[in-house]
Amino acid sequence: MIDDDAVRHIANLSKIEVDDDEIQEFKRDFERIIEFFNRLDEIDPDVEPTYNVIPLKNVVRKDMPRKPLDREKVLANAKFREEGYFKGPRVVE
Amino acid sequence: MDVVIGLEVHVQLNRLKTKLFCSCPLDYHGREPNTHVCPVCLGLPGAMPVINREAVRSAIKVALALNAEINPVMRFDRKNYFYPDLPKGFQISQYDMPLAWGGYVTIETESGEKRVTLKRIHMEEDPGKLSYKGSITTAKYSLIDYNRSGAPLLEIVTEPVLRSPKEARTFLNTLRIILEYLDVFDGDLEGAMRVDANISIAGGGRVEIKNISSFKGVERALAYEITRQKNLMRRGRKIERETRHFDEANSITVSLRSKEEEQDYRYFPEPDLVPIYTSEFVDDVKDALPEMPWEKRERLIKQYSLSLEKAKILVLDPKMADYFERVAKEIDPRVAASWIVDVLRGELNYRDMSFSEGERRLNSDELVELLTYFLKGRITEKGVVEVIRTKLDHGGSVEEIIQSKGLFSIPQDEIDRLCREAIEKNPKAVEDYRAGKKQAANFLVGYVMKMTEGRADPGETARKIREILEEIS
Repeated sequence: MIDDDAVRHIANLSKIEVDDDEIQEFKRDFERIIEFFNRLDEIDPDVEPTYNVIPLKNVVRKDMPRKPLDREKVLANAKFREEGYFKGPRVVE
Repeated sequence: MDVVIGLEVHVQLNRLKTKLFCSCPLDYHGREPNTHVCPVCLGLPGAMPVINREAVRSAIKVALALNAEINPVMRFDRKNYFYPDLPKGFQISQYDMPLAWGGYVTIETESGEKRVTLKRIHMEEDPGKLSYKGSITTAKYSLIDYNRSGAPLLEIVTEPVLRSPKEARTFLNTLRIILEYLDVFDGDLEGAMRVDANISIAGGGRVEIKNISSFKGVERALAYEITRQKNLMRRGRKIERETRHFDEANSITVSLRSKEEEQDYRYFPEPDLVPIYTSEFVDDVKDALPEMPWEKRERLIKQYSLSLEKAKILVLDPKMADYFERVAKEIDPRVAASWIVDVLRGELNYRDMSFSEGERRLNSDELVELLTYFLKGRITEKGVVEVIRTKLDHGGSVEEIIQSKGLFSIPQDEIDRLCREAIEKNPKAVEDYRAGKKQAANFLVGYVMKMTEGRADPGETARKIREILEEIS
């Protein structure tokens, strides 16, 4: 059920490059993962899904501004920057 | 031909002080790039989002005012996509348990009232902003400012029930007014409301127009799309389902030519946020809900005996309605309404000035002062208009303007006195008049006009002069 194209699609969504050997490897891994998840089908469908594993709700904060990060620190890890902006690739083909 | 339009409206809850999931200040407009960011809105590893309580309250306020059904439990999900405006690689949004379902907005159309039904309302974070040196198509790279990243947004999705570009614009205007009444939104701020529009013409594929940033833009983009699609149909071509971009400068839509890849957002529950049980907020928010435009309209009509037309216009902006009520405390409400709706608003529109800007230049106390002079007959109608214009364009105090422009009317007994003085000091003209040269009276009127620096009413003065001349002859 997982074919080469499915692996390529997922690789593309993940923005990683895979060569043909790796595709075969991933195919086997994905099959095993799906098999594992298929076991969920054995569970009674009426069971409430678990959206959150921590028993908390309504954790909120006040609408009070705090000092933002210093811009030098903001840009410290940026490979490319210009005039206080992060510099990125062009986005239109 | 049948036109069907649905809108996805992104509304910034920009009256809040901080972002949706972090305490970065929201007053980033006009500020240096990347100065209003922190590890949370930059998506740095390990940073944890915590939702802004007031953002939840504002969102519930909007859902209530739009008659939507609030979900008892709402939840956040990650919407994954790869684009430089998202530092995390995903946007925190809502998917299958959003803030609210349904709801409606009543708009006025040429054929009467219409109920625009809504599909859903959900909360999400705003992405950052990309800009380019030169144009989007020629720039070699993009510049990214994350100040906007994480700003609180509501996405309001209508059912495909709008039938014309004009209806779409009316809907957006009405929505804007409601949001401003709720005090959750300032439509004057750049990027406050952005719209995606879906449009299809009978039989054709659905076309989505992305990211239109003005009301006029929505109307123009849709009008252009209708013409484009009809032209294609006339030539027997099929309308493909696609996404287009609105080119505001040229008022056209252009195909985005994205690799026709089905969007795959891989939504999954945001593990760093816990669910919100809305009932804890709803009662509180309900109590604090302000008077809505349609309620205010009815009250103004009743309380101040205004006409429906005047009341309708006054409630278009809550600031204008409040202003009216302050003025109406001091002077005849119908006079106040007429000056505000017919004159002040017209002058503001002419200058493309918002009401709040107008209010800064001519506050309600000043209008009361001005209209009191008018009602006492100290200044003419024309004079009032001139003071309003001067206040809007140059400022100054009401009294100073009236003085310096010589707008105070001259009291009648002063005019009478000047007419007599004209006659006494110009025996030659009086003689000519008696000799039958009736136009000699004009010379006497000229004297009064000169002495009053043109403030006397020439017709009235001439009548008075003839009256005295006839009396003494």
